[in-house]
Amino acid sequence: MSEVNLDAARDILGRIDLSEKLTNGKIKPDYLIPLLQDIQEEYGYLPRPALELISREGGIPLSRIFGVVTFYEQFYLEPRGKHMVKCCRGTACHVKNGAKIASAISDVLGIGEGGTSADGLFTFETVACLGTCFLAPVMMIDESYYGNLEEGDVKSILDRYREGGVK
Amino acid sequence: MNSVNIRINGKDIICPEGANVMHVAIENGFDIPNLCYDQRLSPTGACRLCIVEMEGRPGVHTSCTMKAGEGLSIVTESDKLSALRKSTLELIFSEHKATCTSCDREGACSLQDYAYRYGAAEDRYPSIVKGGHSDNYTEGGIAIGYDVEKCIRCMRCVKICEEVQGAEAITLDGRSGNVVVNTPFSMLLTDSSCEMCGQCVDTCPTGALYAKAAKGKGRVRTMKKVRTTCLYCGVGCQLDLNIGADGKLVKVTSEPGVIPNDGNTCVKGRFGFDFIHRDERLTMPLIREGDAFREASWDEALDLVATRFSGIKEKNGSEALAGLTSAKSGNEDNYIMQKFVRTQFGNNNIDHCARLCHASTVAGLARAFGSGAMTNSIDEFSDTPLIFVIGSNTTENHPVMGIKIRKAVAEGKTKLLVADPRKISLTDIAHMHLQQKPGSDVALINAMMYTIIDEKLHDRDFIKSRTEDYERMEAAVMKCPPEFAEKVSGVPAEDIRAAARLYAAAESASIVYSMGITQHTTGTDNVLSLANMAMLTGNVGKPFAGVNPLRGQNNVQGACDMGGLPDVYPGYQKVHLPEAKAKFEKAWGVPLSDKPGLTVNEIMHGVGSGKIKGLYVFGENPVLSDPDTNEVVKSLKKADFLVVQDIFLTETAELADVVLPARSFAERDGTFTNTERRVQMYREAVAAPGESKPDWEIITGVANRMGADWNYNSASEIMDEIAAVTPIYGGISYERITDVGLQWPCPDKEHKGTAVLHQGKFSRGLGKFHPVDYLPQQELPDEDYPLILTTGRMLQHWHTGTMTRKSEVLHGIVPEGHIQISPADAGRLGIVSEDMVKVSTRRGEIRIAADVTDRMKEGVVFLTFHFKESPANALTIAALDPIAKIPEFKACAVKVEKY
Repeated sequence: MSEVNLDAARDILGRIDLSEKLTNGKIKPDYLIPLLQDIQEEYGYLPRPALELISREGGIPLSRIFGVVTFYEQFYLEPRGKHMVKCCRGTACHVKNGAKIASAISDVLGIGEGGTSADGLFTFETVACLGTCFLAPVMMIDESYYGNLEEGDVKSILDRYREGGVK
Repeated sequence: MNSVNIRINGKDIICPEGANVMHVAIENGFDIPNLCYDQRLSPTGACRLCIVEMEGRPGVHTSCTMKAGEGLSIVTESDKLSALRKSTLELIFSEHKATCTSCDREGACSLQDYAYRYGAAEDRYPSIVKGGHSDNYTEGGIAIGYDVEKCIRCMRCVKICEEVQGAEAITLDGRSGNVVVNTPFSMLLTDSSCEMCGQCVDTCPTGALYAKAAKGKGRVRTMKKVRTTCLYCGVGCQLDLNIGADGKLVKVTSEPGVIPNDGNTCVKGRFGFDFIHRDERLTMPLIREGDAFREASWDEALDLVATRFSGIKEKNGSEALAGLTSAKSGNEDNYIMQKFVRTQFGNNNIDHCARLCHASTVAGLARAFGSGAMTNSIDEFSDTPLIFVIGSNTTENHPVMGIKIRKAVAEGKTKLLVADPRKISLTDIAHMHLQQKPGSDVALINAMMYTIIDEKLHDRDFIKSRTEDYERMEAAVMKCPPEFAEKVSGVPAEDIRAAARLYAAAESASIVYSMGITQHTTGTDNVLSLANMAMLTGNVGKPFAGVNPLRGQNNVQGACDMGGLPDVYPGYQKVHLPEAKAKFEKAWGVPLSDKPGLTVNEIMHGVGSGKIKGLYVFGENPVLSDPDTNEVVKSLKKADFLVVQDIFLTETAELADVVLPARSFAERDGTFTNTERRVQMYREAVAAPGESKPDWEIITGVANRMGADWNYNSASEIMDEIAAVTPIYGGISYERITDVGLQWPCPDKEHKGTAVLHQGKFSRGLGKFHPVDYLPQQELPDEDYPLILTTGRMLQHWHTGTMTRKSEVLHGIVPEGHIQISPADAGRLGIVSEDMVKVSTRRGEIRIAADVTDRMKEGVVFLTFHFKESPANALTIAALDPIAKIPEFKACAVKVEKY
């Protein structure tokens, strides 16, 4: 793993309001989740050294932090790609061959579900439903929806992100 | 607390309001099924088996999360409950692979029992067992194994680690169907905050967590459990030795509810007893021939010992003989040993390693209060409003006591004040940490008292009615304002004031101390200062208060009680007092000497100077444990005749003329007296190796060959004799202490023992204040030796390592010693962690790896004395406290260089 620069994490710790701390300077247990959210927003994921820093400086046992992080789907322990690709596997997408779209994404990116492409551009996940059944089959990249997909569409859409056509 | 009436299955029960209903039910003999319940933990309500029906409230409710209120009425068994429990069990089996045929727990497994009771099928639901989980935190690790296929996610392991042990090493990883128990990032336990206490293994209701060494060594139901008292520290934990069909120790467990440890043990108690079966155990008497030993019969060895000792006595006089007794051995052995020295050697040259640990406590507290023992009881530490820990690394050296303190602080019941030259584990949770320089304790405590008096926080009523000599003490204290103490100790004056206020303001406050206070040339002064402060604030003679020295060895309290000291008979009856002498002359039937004998260090010097020709060392290893060991070895080599009685061929035994093989605590019956003065049983659990014998039997053999006529048939008989001549043990007998020990003073057979000393009246009448002035340590740092060396112990090892370094787990976790050094000192010396360094003093040098840690303050380094490869006591100074004759292990000048 490449070295993680902890300056930003230290900054975040330094900015914590006194009201979120106990008298002995340790961070209140209730404040752990907002703190983890701040760290993740900064790094895109939760780097282990940053969690170890919180544990050490904030007086929260690493085991508790790890328990919380692995409990919530929103937290990531591995770096994610620059773009999040989510493929829907809801009922409507399923009957319209959504599974084939998912495997096309897998093929194009060369990664499985939950994986991140070697170039660091994409992380691929499937989700229970994107709530846009009228677009089935559908995938979502970052904040954009791509609907009524054919297997062949996947590559050209992803290529546009690769080439920097979409930021 | 108010009592309430509740009803369980139609039976009326009175219990405290708010009591846990499940607990009350179990106490009253009701069998409510449960898997996630452990009385030491907060209720979890995870397994759903303890459901009951409640009158007036429809549905079913978990009894483990229910609190007793007036009129509560529950039913614990019904068709509805049975059906629900059956389904619940079947769901549990979907995540528990029932491999009972190969499981150690088979036949002693609650899950199995309940499945049978409620007719649950293992395979009703598809299995969601997480077989082959890729990141098992115990794989490739030491001591503890986790089989995820048997885990039912009850959380007992996670909770005991968090709530009881306070180690917080493990957690639930993931959620819903994907949950496993794990360390953060699946790190090995030895890399995590785990303390290897094995509490998780002990509380696990299935075979999911297990001791690796016990796997396949026998099913739990086939094992014999023998209740005993732990051999390591002075807490005196009650353990169950689990003995397999082959008669060997398989594992150690403990039962919730036992006194004083409530089922908890530390890593040594759990995993530190494999030494008893080691091949290196002594099995036959050994007699020196030239540079080697040869095996001999008991008769030959004992005849030789008796003849040589008698010969020396005849030729050189009684004063040429001395004995060292053993704080690791039982009360009965110590009683017999001192009786042997006093009656057969004819002098009082008997001492033991208490000289090296708490001699200053015995001297100091006896002067101040009239009794040199811990004033209060271990149990009180769960509810003490303020605990002042000074010079005690409690979590490592008295671990189960440490977790009690840690838990009380975590629950908000206790404010914790710590004074220690190092950042120890307790400082992490302390409300304040005073990081004083070694040797500056008197200044620190005097300055705290200065503040208390100055701000009128002292208890004038208590001082007036219960104490004497206050004025002289006050005069001494008023010479030591916090600003002066700051200069000496390095602790900011304001912090000293704040700490003083914290201590004085507490409704009751307990002082806990250990070797950091006692092992100084000012050891007695340090103890007197603490006694002064406790009396100043009225914190003696009541529960949740007092001055509490934590005794190091399992039976150092007992060895002192038994008269293993040069100036007192059993029960601290002074040898120089004619009435005491007369009493023991009558009891033992021989004339006795009224001249106090020599202390450990004086004995060693005596051997070195040729004054003492014959020495009987029993269960001690002075070659590693005494200060300035190069001198000790030189001395011992000069002895005309050295007898060593031990369970292993120790470094000291290697120098002996005759070595006598003793039995360990697991191979015989006897009693230890723990730090809270509780006399407790240890019991024979395994067969003794070879021809080894109990210590008292060996010593009796020597005594009878020197002219005595002792006929002891058992340890119990010896205890009866002890009770007859020792008033504080007057009411002790094996019959009375079978289940729970008794705390002395226990003067007669009806007496229930004494939890808190000095209630209403001090043992000496009035508590006596002593004026104490600050004196610097003997050897101050200078240009040549610029750092202060302080020494001590660590969690995983015990003293000279005779036992712990022969334990696979303990030695596996910490195979070698390190010197702890601050980042500032290390930086200046160009040292990084794991660098080999040379550590030297004016007395010797050692080579050891460095551990650069911010737990150390600049200018101070720390060594343990467990490792013969890097013996700390080759460096320490044999400078003695003038009263207690305790050496200054905690401070000498030292030089550290990169190798």
